[in-house]
Amino acid sequence: MSSFLIKMNFRGKDIISIKDFSKKEINYILDQASKMLPFAKGDKFKDILKGKVLASLFFEPSTRTRLSFESSMNRLGGRVIGFSDPSGTSLKKGESLADTIRMADAYSDAIVMRHSNEGAARLAAAFAEAPVLNAGDGAGRHPTQCLLDLFTIRTEKNKIKNQKIVLLGDLKYGRTVHSLSYALALYGADLTFVSPSTLKMPKEVIDECKELGVDPSQTSSLEKAIKDADVLYATRIQKERFPDAEEYNKVVGSYKIDNKLLESAKSNLIVMHPLPRVTEIDPEVDKTPHAVYFKQAFNGIPVRMALLSLVLGGKL
Amino acid sequence: MKKELKVPLIKNGTVIDHITAGNAVMVLHILGIPKSSSSTVSVAMNVQSKYGKKDIVKVENRELDPKEVNKIALISPKATINIIRDYEVVKKHKVKLPDEIIGLVTCSNPTCVSNVKNEPVESRFKVICKDPARIKCYYCEREPEDIADRII
Repeated sequence: MSSFLIKMNFRGKDIISIKDFSKKEINYILDQASKMLPFAKGDKFKDILKGKVLASLFFEPSTRTRLSFESSMNRLGGRVIGFSDPSGTSLKKGESLADTIRMADAYSDAIVMRHSNEGAARLAAAFAEAPVLNAGDGAGRHPTQCLLDLFTIRTEKNKIKNQKIVLLGDLKYGRTVHSLSYALALYGADLTFVSPSTLKMPKEVIDECKELGVDPSQTSSLEKAIKDADVLYATRIQKERFPDAEEYNKVVGSYKIDNKLLESAKSNLIVMHPLPRVTEIDPEVDKTPHAVYFKQAFNGIPVRMALLSLVLGGKL
Repeated sequence: MKKELKVPLIKNGTVIDHITAGNAVMVLHILGIPKSSSSTVSVAMNVQSKYGKKDIVKVENRELDPKEVNKIALISPKATINIIRDYEVVKKHKVKLPDEIIGLVTCSNPTCVSNVKNEPVESRFKVICKDPARIKCYYCEREPEDIADRII
């Protein structure tokens, strides 16, 4: 590790968008996450965030992101306050997000939040002195998911550069795939986008990849795309993002990953999914060595432990 | 310079020259004309110049504020602003978009936090290209394609 990396200081920094970080900074976060692994598994314990309080504000439902953030804080000796359902808060009385954030800022040392409006975390960061960690803002960004996805690929494949990575499913509305495409292009991965024609990757995401020197292929044929792939990243077709049910019904179930499909894939292909899955991956795949999606979900812990310790100044 | 002034001279006021041909009406909209004043306004459209066709707007007895100038830069990046006092051009400058524009344009994303009514924030965009103008929302990162229709 170079001396430049050792001097990197994240204390007080907001984690809003993966685009706010250079590749060197991302590598540094992933290195810290690797060091957190024994602590994430509970094999070791060090209360480096003792006395620190995390405000966990989930204005939208979440299982993995909220639980893993809260678990990460607890595993490092910190405490968590917050809510997972805004109906019990003053927001119900019409309080603005800005004022809610001011309150959370007064009561905590860091704020993690998920909200339905794009840009909500950026707004929160403007009103909070404490660092804000974006746990998803509408159809916008989800940087900690992106980091744990990169961490998973790097851990499973040892490198990201030149890996043949297929992104599958709802590439139009899916928030994880937009920032992930950008980040994978930053690392020089070889990208293929597979989706129904109505859910194609937006042009601006493809343009961003091209600006980073990666020209993604696009197809609607998963069978073709999977043949020489190293990573298959599947996403759920999200009913809640569709303007009407009829459009959703037309595309749901377009793709299914099962053992028959995987027969034509490389033996070391890994299948990833940000979860929750519905019908995209048949449960029979869970038992195969291809399935890394549960490991991927676990990786949320070391990555979020790394981020919390970095922004709160905790040192291992 | 005077050769370019195709419509009658004005004693005091502002001449907005080199407006992208066809955009004079949008400039009037930005200036709130006719609602905002009773000044005499002259408009020339599709005037031939050495750089091709352009529009010109002359507003008597009024000098523009920087916000108005920035809005004009969004739709006519090559426009020039001439301040006239006693028939003389006392100041002439090209419009120039700043690197960031605040409170001038609404975001095209209906669910962007900058469009939520009770939040105490103004819209904020990074200017990613000045000519032609391209802007990206600071909050949701969306790039509106219909900038002219979104000017506040």
